Amino acid sequence: MLSPSGLRQRARLIQALRRFFIERGYLEVDTPVRVPAPAPEAYIIPEPSGDWFLQTSPELCMKRLLAGGAERIFQICKCFRQAERGSRHLPEFTMLEWYRAGIGYRELMPECEELFLALARELTGGDRLETSSGPVSLAAPWERLTVAEAFARHAPLSAEAALAAGRFDELLVTQVEPRLGLGRPTFLHDYPAALGALARLRPDDPAVAERFEIYVDGLELANGFSELTDPAEQRRRFAAERQRIEADGRRPGPLPDKFLAALAAMPEAAGIALGVDRLLMLLAGAESIERVVTFTPEEL
Amino acid sequence: MYTTSDLRKGLKINIDGQPYIITDFQFSKPGKGQALYRCRLRNMVTSNSMDRTFRSNDKFDKADLEERTVQFLYAQGDEYHFMDTKSYEQMALTTEQMGDAVKYLIDNMEVDVLLFEGRPIGVTVPTFVNLTVTAAEPYAKGDTSGSDTKPVTVETGYVLQVPPFVEEGDKLQIDTRTGEYVTRVKE
Repeated sequence: MLSPSGLRQRARLIQALRRFFIERGYLEVDTPVRVPAPAPEAYIIPEPSGDWFLQTSPELCMKRLLAGGAERIFQICKCFRQAERGSRHLPEFTMLEWYRAGIGYRELMPECEELFLALARELTGGDRLETSSGPVSLAAPWERLTVAEAFARHAPLSAEAALAAGRFDELLVTQVEPRLGLGRPTFLHDYPAALGALARLRPDDPAVAERFEIYVDGLELANGFSELTDPAEQRRRFAAERQRIEADGRRPGPLPDKFLAALAAMPEAAGIALGVDRLLMLLAGAESIERVVTFTPEEL
Repeated sequence: MYTTSDLRKGLKINIDGQPYIITDFQFSKPGKGQALYRCRLRNMVTSNSMDRTFRSNDKFDKADLEERTVQFLYAQGDEYHFMDTKSYEQMALTTEQMGDAVKYLIDNMEVDVLLFEGRPIGVTVPTFVNLTVTAAEPYAKGDTSGSDTKPVTVETGYVLQVPPFVEEGDKLQIDTRTGEYVTRVKE
């Protein structure tokens, strides 16, 4: 259970997040937590709730709001993912997502830099964080590293070869991630096309998706991308994900048809999901996610 | 059968016909990627450690382990013979399987034996045992080596360091976790 000082720190972070987005003209939204059809994603297992599911992310509903004319929206909400429990994972966690019409993933990066700086100043009073790997300066610009460069630098196989050998995630976790975000945060970007089910491919290089992740001190904090707005392509991507779910021995849920129908009206946009508990781990210097949430599942 | 969601520190599983205990466990998963279950495992027969990474669909057999209280009967050659205090069934362990326990073993002593698939693989002696000193050098008064202990031999043949006042025939309490002298015991 979180101590009173831990509770205050958590509240300050959430309030600072709200303030940051409100000041930038973002509208706070609260979409339903219980949904009939989450996005089919190979390795994200939704928690059933009656005949429906608890959201794994508010992404689909928020994109429908963009399609309906909203331009800048953010949401802080609970998300649920089955079988995720570790020092950096909880099966129920707090997510911040924000979406902005009219920009791509590159324009989203400076906003992330500004957000982290604002939060660090608010919660720790400075631009530097003390982490397990030493001090990290949040001053812009952060390191921008493509997935191909990161694998070439830190892994025994290229990203392409690792993907072909079915070892991409293993090498990412064991070899690459621990070396990212040391000294300053890293934007790891341009993922292999197959690893961005909801992201747009780069027009000049369709082998990669316009997707990035933020790492600080080896900790994965946020996943952003230029949103895919082509309904036909999105349907093909979902079909591929459903095949991977079946290959993994699970039964895919229903297709999110209303989301697919709305996608045709969605403007070009970029969006990002940030793990609020992990962000608090980083700002509070906590080694484990258990140290920053009110209760862990085991404590309930 | 265990699944990856059962994995945790202290769990005992069967890998390739050998019992292993998980001594370290880490769950890792890139946001959109595959879950990895990284384990450090110790072989409960050989004590060797190894690292293994498991994935979501991996399944594990439970290590078929059982602990029984047995009484030491006798040693013969390389074998130590015991009797189950409930079923009176007899079993034997080798010197290697006995490990450090042989230092403390006397006739009729009750110990816990660990069985894997019905075969004994190791024993645990009580944390504290009382053993009689069978040989002790008198303490050399003029000893200038500066040591305030001397070696003695107890009835099992085990030699340990004790305070100078300990004499032949004394009964000593020994901590089997460290092998060290604790105190002199009055009969």
